[in-house]
Amino acid sequence: MDFLGISLPSYSLETVFGSAISGVFLGAIYALVALGLTLIYGVLHIINFAHGTLLMLAMYAVFFLWSVFGVDPYLAMLIVVPGGYLFGYALQRSVIGRTSHGRDEIILLTTLGVSIVLENFALFAFSANERNVQVPYDFDGIDLGVVYIVWPQIAALVGSLLITAALWCFMRFTDTGKAIRAVAKERQGARLMGINVEHIFAVSFGIGTACVAAAASLLAPTYAVFPQVGYLFVLIAFTVVVLGGMGSFVGALVGGLVIGVTEQIGRLYLGESLGLITISAIFILILLFRPTGLFGQRL
Amino acid sequence: MLEIVEVKAGYGHAKVLHGVSLKVGEGELVALLGSNGAGKSTLNNNISGIYKPFAGSIRFDGAEIAGVRSEEIVDRGLIQVPEGRRVFPNMSVRENLELGSYRRATPNRARNIDRVVEIFPRLKERFDQYAGTLSGGEQQMLAIGRGLMAEPRLLILDEPSLGLSPLLVEEMFALIQKLRAEGLAIFLVEQNVVQSLEVADRAYVMENGLITVEGPAQDLMHDEELRRSYLGM
Ligand SMILES: Nc1ncnc2c1ncn2[C@@H]1O[C@H](COP(=O)(O)OP(=O)(O)OP(=O)(O)O)[C@@H](O)[C@H]1O
Ligand SMILES: [Mg+2]
Repeated sequence: MDFLGISLPSYSLETVFGSAISGVFLGAIYALVALGLTLIYGVLHIINFAHGTLLMLAMYAVFFLWSVFGVDPYLAMLIVVPGGYLFGYALQRSVIGRTSHGRDEIILLTTLGVSIVLENFALFAFSANERNVQVPYDFDGIDLGVVYIVWPQIAALVGSLLITAALWCFMRFTDTGKAIRAVAKERQGARLMGINVEHIFAVSFGIGTACVAAAASLLAPTYAVFPQVGYLFVLIAFTVVVLGGMGSFVGALVGGLVIGVTEQIGRLYLGESLGLITISAIFILILLFRPTGLFGQRL
Repeated sequence: MLEIVEVKAGYGHAKVLHGVSLKVGEGELVALLGSNGAGKSTLNNNISGIYKPFAGSIRFDGAEIAGVRSEEIVDRGLIQVPEGRRVFPNMSVRENLELGSYRRATPNRARNIDRVVEIFPRLKERFDQYAGTLSGGEQQMLAIGRGLMAEPRLLILDEPSLGLSPLLVEEMFALIQKLRAEGLAIFLVEQNVVQSLEVADRAYVMENGLITVEGPAQDLMHDEELRRSYLGM
């Protein structure tokens, strides 16, 4: 095969299909990280630069729960998800909200500052070494013929789908979810209905952080933890958010899957490092034809 | 019920209200008239806790509410239907109404939704439509319906007839009279002078952040001087 003058290796359909499937599992995690980012963007209208750093911290939490207390990384979700929510809530309410004085450009810089502080804290406290959670079942799985899928991949996909669905229901059917959607589009109207806008901002930030905490649990069995690990995922999550449509949940899910599959197939043909180019290529293509992303604007 | 004394308010260094005093009694319909930029909405938003007055006192049922958080003011039953409707455009009519009882009268939600669609049958037809896709008149009905969901004790209506066709304006004033007849106290901010004075018990005229005329609506209606100078009739 030949692509832009570069001759590509040719693979059997099975191999390509196999890559696509493992891309779906990877994409599910991207979707989950993007979900938190898109929620925070949709409600507070800011890009949360600390998102990747929060993912990193959550991964350390999962790692230490496992290494110190022997807690299984999936079981750790019961601790890190509520913990992430509380941490995110407190961070928004006490630092980000307070320093910003309601000005979006300041919030942006504050999240950047928070991420720098937290990352250096991690570097100082945990060192730059990579650490791995080992679970006895991380190479068990099922053979689909074209591809061998390990349980952690399945858990990532199922977990992401369940969390996305749960969050969608929460936003549709609970008063707090509705208040979040109201604040996203009409803050003053929301205030006049007795909605505490500052509280809702913090709740949204808390839920966004809980999403990365869940992602951290799902990632732990397959990915190493180190202080910069967040960037890897959050850069891709930014792409997913723009691709799916800023503020759209379904967009985050579909965008995550599209990017995951694209990345895996790109790696297959172009190799480990060059493969990531395909993400940017797909990104530019979709934005050329759909500037508002796949799923426009709606929260 | 609502007692405002010498309220000074504005935005940062821009002073808008220079000492406004007015009252709304139990079950009363009081109109506030005034030209564009007089400061009427500024007053409403200071009453509702969106902004904090620089000085003066706002009492509701005898309790000081100047500078109190907006959700506590909603708790007390002082509900504002704001100028420009401010419905939630990304949510259905049903969800907009539900959020009207986010803070107050939440247990009576189902019953009050029935009551609101009885008042505004048109909302029933649009129940699952996004509020952002409603016509201006329908959005105004929704905004009032959403306000009623909280079972207000005092309802502030900020220019409810703005942008409505003459027929809908008539309907709007009929509705305001009906709500009043049911015993609801209403503070009506309007530029529609004649119709407002016809339905109101008392009225105030605001000019450049000051109350310049006040009295029973009937008197204002027949005050030749006022008709010429302030109301442009
Ligand atoms: N958010 C704001 N920031 C700064 N100035 C404001 C703000 N809102 C209103 N103003 C100013 O306050 C003054 C009074 O405005 P306000 O909206 O209270 O008038 P109004 O009587 O409600 O007028 P209208 O009948 O046009 O609604 C105006 O000069 C306006 O420019
Ligand atoms: Mg106004």
